[in-house]
Amino acid sequence: MNSTSTPIIEVHQVHKSFKDVHAVQGVDLAIQKGEYVALLGPNGAGKTTLVEMIEGIQQPDAGDIKVKGLNWKQHQDQLHRVIGLSLQETRFIDKLSVRETLHLFSSFYKLPKSRVREVLELVRLKEKAKAFVVNLSGGQRQRLALGISLLNQPEVLLLDEPTTGLDPTARRELWEILAHLKTAYQTTMILTTHYMEEADYLCDRIVILDQGKVLAKGTLQKLLSENNLGEVIDFGLNAPGNHLEIPPLGDHEKILWKEDGMSAHLLVNDIVTYLPELLESVKRQGYHFTSLECRKMTLDDLFISMTGRRLGQ
Amino acid sequence: MNQILNLISIQYKEFFRVPGILFWTLLFPVLMASGLGVAFTGQSEQIQHVALISTPDSSNAALDAFLEGAQPEELQAGTALGKAVEHPDLGKTQYYFHPTDWQGAERMMKRGEVALVLKAGESLQYHFDPANPEAQLTYLQLQALIIAPNRQYALGTIRPMTRVGTRYVDFLIPGLLAMGIMMSCMWGISYSLIDKRSKKLLRRMVATPMSKRGFLFSHFVSRLSLSIIEASLLVGFSHFIFDIQIQGDVLALIGLFISGNMAFTGIAVFVSSKTDNPQIGNGLINAVVMPMMVMSGIFFSYHNFPDVMVSIIQGLPLTMLADGIRGVFIEGAGFETTGLPSLILASIGVVFFFLGEKIYKWY
Repeated sequence: MNSTSTPIIEVHQVHKSFKDVHAVQGVDLAIQKGEYVALLGPNGAGKTTLVEMIEGIQQPDAGDIKVKGLNWKQHQDQLHRVIGLSLQETRFIDKLSVRETLHLFSSFYKLPKSRVREVLELVRLKEKAKAFVVNLSGGQRQRLALGISLLNQPEVLLLDEPTTGLDPTARRELWEILAHLKTAYQTTMILTTHYMEEADYLCDRIVILDQGKVLAKGTLQKLLSENNLGEVIDFGLNAPGNHLEIPPLGDHEKILWKEDGMSAHLLVNDIVTYLPELLESVKRQGYHFTSLECRKMTLDDLFISMTGRRLGQ
Repeated sequence: MNQILNLISIQYKEFFRVPGILFWTLLFPVLMASGLGVAFTGQSEQIQHVALISTPDSSNAALDAFLEGAQPEELQAGTALGKAVEHPDLGKTQYYFHPTDWQGAERMMKRGEVALVLKAGESLQYHFDPANPEAQLTYLQLQALIIAPNRQYALGTIRPMTRVGTRYVDFLIPGLLAMGIMMSCMWGISYSLIDKRSKKLLRRMVATPMSKRGFLFSHFVSRLSLSIIEASLLVGFSHFIFDIQIQGDVLALIGLFISGNMAFTGIAVFVSSKTDNPQIGNGLINAVVMPMMVMSGIFFSYHNFPDVMVSIIQGLPLTMLADGIRGVFIEGAGFETTGLPSLILASIGVVFFFLGEKIYKWY
């Protein structure tokens, strides 16, 4: 990927407010052709608002958005043909079959019937072509929504929480389809999610949003290494730990106590060095562990370290 | 063009694949017409219940004479004296006199079991609410039957009007046709659009190059064709059962029919332009259809309203449509009568359609 070429999606200093909520606050984003980017954040972080502004569904109060150098005010028709999208919770017509639903949307783009057959194959719904929408499972409905977004062979795909509420198998099926699109068609994609493993599996870059602002962006490796917090110790104590003295923490290391005051989330550079000192310190002060877990850091930990909250909250 | 045809075709599919919609849209109007038509057309037996307060000390010779031969009958409300009066033209009226005291009579009035209390005595006393037309009718009938049993119709003759065009059912069917158009458009278009908005389907559709106007227009075409099926069923049924015929210009009727569909499609698009909540949509649609159903003379003439109201009622789209259709059906009217209302209805449709389109909330 050539990082110096003109980005296919450019978002510059975009703001959006609803009544007294400042949903998006000065977001900048540049996405290259063929790149898969995840917008990660908890509910209310501003992910959907940002994506809907890129989709042209909402207008920004301030700032610029361009897709392939085009903007929504002047190039609406062209942008409709460049972008494919899947909204959160769209419910299609219950008593139309999968094929009829795809035919309807393909007629809006004036596409030949053969395109519907191709898309049915692409989203693995050929067997369900005659089934009514009302009889589809959650995963099949999401694949239909994805199929509709792929009808016009979009260069840019914008998916808003495409796997929310799906079981792991259905989620994995959708991931495989999306991964295939990347290799086969060099599609560019923005995906909003609050599943870190989804962002990790599918996307080249991750943008973490919270309260309308970008907290961090980059590859997973970059995000983790930039924060210099490689490892996590989760522990529980037999008594409130407000008087517990732990071994000194480095510059980027920190401890986050949970609400019960008896368990904590400790972010450290190196477990091998830190853990023996922690065990010794806890024992010396008359505490003992009720639980202890050591692991590598994940996006969720990174989010907690930045906001003090979990992604799913 | 292909997308408009596709949009129309999905509406047919939605319609014909749900048996409930088929029943309520196509069969229910026919059932309603048959029920009301039979109820108001057949010479069925009239039944009148009267509370009777009478003691051995307070008998009345004329009343006793009238009740001579009356048989006690067991009814749900208790034992009553049954007296049937036959009339060659008015049919049979069955009177039930419920012997009771004043307290019992009051209770029966409160429960709606009787509309009138007859107290025997040297002079008969009729107790009833003068504002109740049914009670007034019973009073006048009894007064005539008891006081002058052999002279009650001597001052004139009754000539029953049964000629096609003058019966209640002739008045009713054109009204039902007009109401069917209104209901079909208001519920079939408004509710369906609000439902699509609440499911975020509208939002998804307009994120494509779909023609928004074409999408709204497709609802007019599909509803018009469905209205034609509904109206044909109703007219066909009325023709075979009640011998109803279109006496005026069929082309004028078609023009009126299309204009009516235009008017209510426009209003339906306007009504559905903002809300994404089906319950609010329900309220909005009812707020439009209910006043017109009550006032526009569908079931009964609106000429019973005060004069000041009548001129307002005549300006309502449903009144214009029902009066126009009635004119063609039973007065033999043509374009000279239906032209202006057709034009006004079509204009209402165009204005509301474009207003609705202008303020339409797609997202």
